[in-house]
Amino acid sequence: MSLPSSDAAIPPLPRAKAPRGRRSMFLRRPFFTVALIVAAAYVLAATFAPHVAPFDPVKQDFMAMMQGPSLVHPLGTDSYGQDILSRVIYGARYALIIGIFSVLIGAAGGLVIGLAAGLSGGWLEWALMRLIDSILALPSLILAVAFIAILGQGVDKVVVAVGLSMIGPFARTVRADVMQVRVQLFIEAAQLMSIPYLRVVWRHVLPNVIFPLAVQVTIRVSEAILVSSSLSFLGIGVTPPTPDWGLMIAEGRDFVSFAPWMSAMPGFALALLLIALSIVGDGIREEFDPKLRRGA
Amino acid sequence: MNDMTSHPVTTQDAAEPILRLEGLTVHRGAAKILDRVSLSLGRGETLALVGESGAGKSTIATALMRLLDGARVEGRAELDGAGDLLALPERRMVRLRGSRLSMIFQDAGSALNPSYTVGRQLTTTLRRTLGLSRAEARAKAVELFTSVGINDPDGRMSAFPHQLSGGMQQRVMVAIALAGNPDLLLADEPTSALDVTIQAQIVRLILAQTRARGASCIFVLHDLALASQSCDRIVVLYAGQVVESGPSREVLERSRHPYTRQLKSCVLEIGSKDLTAPEGTVPPHSEMPVGCRFATRCPRALPRCAGEAPPLVPARDDATGPLDHQFACWNPE
Amino acid sequence: MTMAQIQSAPTETRHAPAPAVFELIEVEQVFAVPKPGRGLLSRDTVGLRALDGVRLTVRQGASIALVGESGSGKSTLLRVLLGLDAPSGGRALYRGKPIREARAHGTAFARDVAMVYQDARGSLDPRMTVGQLIAEPLRHFGIVPKSGEAARVAELIDRVGLPRDAANRYPSGLSGGQVRRVAIARALASEPSVLVADEAVSGLDVSTQAQLLTLLQGLQRDMGLTLVFITHDLGVASYLCEEIAIMYLGRIVETGPTDAVLEAPAHPYSAALRAAAPQFFEPIPEPLPGEIPSPLDLPKGCRFSSRCPAARDDCRLRDPQLGALDAGRAVACLHPLTSKGAQTPEIR
Repeated sequence: MSLPSSDAAIPPLPRAKAPRGRRSMFLRRPFFTVALIVAAAYVLAATFAPHVAPFDPVKQDFMAMMQGPSLVHPLGTDSYGQDILSRVIYGARYALIIGIFSVLIGAAGGLVIGLAAGLSGGWLEWALMRLIDSILALPSLILAVAFIAILGQGVDKVVVAVGLSMIGPFARTVRADVMQVRVQLFIEAAQLMSIPYLRVVWRHVLPNVIFPLAVQVTIRVSEAILVSSSLSFLGIGVTPPTPDWGLMIAEGRDFVSFAPWMSAMPGFALALLLIALSIVGDGIREEFDPKLRRGA
Repeated sequence: MNDMTSHPVTTQDAAEPILRLEGLTVHRGAAKILDRVSLSLGRGETLALVGESGAGKSTIATALMRLLDGARVEGRAELDGAGDLLALPERRMVRLRGSRLSMIFQDAGSALNPSYTVGRQLTTTLRRTLGLSRAEARAKAVELFTSVGINDPDGRMSAFPHQLSGGMQQRVMVAIALAGNPDLLLADEPTSALDVTIQAQIVRLILAQTRARGASCIFVLHDLALASQSCDRIVVLYAGQVVESGPSREVLERSRHPYTRQLKSCVLEIGSKDLTAPEGTVPPHSEMPVGCRFATRCPRALPRCAGEAPPLVPARDDATGPLDHQFACWNPE
Repeated sequence: MTMAQIQSAPTETRHAPAPAVFELIEVEQVFAVPKPGRGLLSRDTVGLRALDGVRLTVRQGASIALVGESGSGKSTLLRVLLGLDAPSGGRALYRGKPIREARAHGTAFARDVAMVYQDARGSLDPRMTVGQLIAEPLRHFGIVPKSGEAARVAELIDRVGLPRDAANRYPSGLSGGQVRRVAIARALASEPSVLVADEAVSGLDVSTQAQLLTLLQGLQRDMGLTLVFITHDLGVASYLCEEIAIMYLGRIVETGPTDAVLEAPAHPYSAALRAAAPQFFEPIPEPLPGEIPSPLDLPKGCRFSSRCPAARDDCRLRDPQLGALDAGRAVACLHPLTSKGAQTPEIR
């Protein structure tokens, strides 16, 4: 085929992004920036924990039990004389590892089930959705407790248990996105080209579902951390003496009247991380989700 | 500069204008989406604002209703007997909407509230603008529905908007707009969502109703042919500025501004086989030329056009009124 | 409908011997819709006749405008033409084979018949660049070797009048007119012989519309495309298409050469449509009374009789089929407005 050159007018393209009046998102969202810095500090502390922590987190010192915050132990020590600052720093490691990996398990499972439910239709969709509904009927903590009961204790078991308990909500949002993308005109246009169905799913449905899913992942990390800490607090998550925040809060519970720092310090570390992560997650969603973008 | 008052207005202008708009400028952020727009509307006159998207024609209507959000508005809009619409306190403006001026929107389907029956929406307006009792409002509503050509007006009173076709919804909109007997009607693309045969019905309806009430009407249109059929005068806008205005025949058959000609040449009449496509598009606000805004696309542009904005001048020496033919071009046809 | 009547379908006999690309013979499309006023738990449905006895022949190299108002069945007809839906009655053929079969076997049909959607932006995957969007059909149909892909994409971008750097842009960064150009380039990429366009220039400013129309006309002329153009604008139809088919309530009520039909419409509905189109300084004529009736509640006899200004008594009794008028024209009316050489229309 020869394509004769165009004699039609060539209109100039509008600018890709309006350069004026659109400052960097870090300037426009100061809370987001602060939260991002806080979250980054946690990640750095967790990564370089051996270099940052002043003491070995599991080294017991019976000469320094239940000391209040001091220069040597800025956050005090616990009932075994372990340095709370060091334990909080190492605790960030476990919190983030459990949070991230369990969310990845949940997202992967949710993607598979959500895609299957959204694309199949008929009895399979019905069965999958009733399965998801019944999972959603239970709070993720209760589910995680149930899975721990089956799997047993330990960091790896907690990751799996929390991950499995999060498949339900992920599957629900993936299915909603699939249903929305499936009826878009560009899907029909691709089918009109006789592109095989699975390739249409791979090339056009999946990319349009993955992105909102990635945003969901950033938001749900904090939920996963909360659930895992709750498991440890209940004494069925990770086992002592692992420096886990939930565990530390539980250990300090009995001494709260005369050594409040034992529970308060890890509790504060947990709360700060959760708040920072949810602000970061919301910021990313608002910035990149076209449905929420203001003035667009 | 292109302020109309700089031309002496003869006192023997037959009709005192019902609306006199002077130097209407609207800023949104850094962009000037309307730039010193001046126009007059005679009593009982129909006027068409025409232009392409981004020309600011709808913005004029919305600014007059004071329904513009997040924009800075300058200028005066003198409505006969009510003062400057742009400066009135909101409390007074609320009372004017519906009773002195009202608006017919492009998309009746979304302008009507989906959770109330159309009868209730009309009687609410009637009771608010005319202070009628419930029973009086209902009787008047049925009468209005009949006059806008709704069959079975009694039955349709209890219909919800989604139960009506697009044409019927637009008839309801017209009835609501007419409810308070306004003397100025603003119709913003009232038919662009409708089929052509329904379009003819609605335009005829609006014209007949305004004529019967002696009201004036501003149509916002993109169809030049429809404007020539329905309006006494035409104002052509380009990128937020008036480029030509005057009686419809003068503007369209003796166009002086190259843009008016170009716009007219793009209208495909049935049977026409020639079409010369104009080049380019309206420049974005960030790249708007300082001189004539049309200069970048104008086939007749002179070096002067890029740097100096042309004022609106009368097309004929003996014509001096603001209702006469005017254009803004350094090198007119 | 018997075969004899099908053979006498009017547009077939008078035309030049160019082979037919599409042939629609008494095509019907009935959808089951909830019965109006059924109870909450009721499953009652009634048949909605979206297409009712459509006869249409599209010959190789022809340009035909399908004109009708909302509710006329244009979109349903389009889906049948593209093989997205099977008609519930009649035969819909593509080069002599049922369209659904042609679509189901291989990619030849998909490659030969390209589509430009009204909602061009919606028809383009927002996560793909313009270059990727145009390359997709090239790769899918194996039009050019991988090495020549970029060059062909650039060629297509140039042909539809987009700037070179458009290849790396996303549809969301383009204007309405430019997005339609992308959709046209994508349609042309598979080197089709038939281009189906659904309201491809509506909703645009007149100058953008003019730019696209000159582009489409140039493409049709240069590449010998067969063009099926769905529009509501008679001016666009008369500029771009040599033939016109006017639809009303699921049936084609008049077909023929565009100029002849628009100059002297034979069907009162065509005449009303013609009169309602805005004309400079003509007074707005008396419009048709009422609105298009519901296809669930068709008028007795001729479907246009309830709004027809020239309806007579027999119009409410007999349903006219599309019958030959003269010079390649056909009309479905018992009392056509131009009676020159009119034959007795068939009666169902």
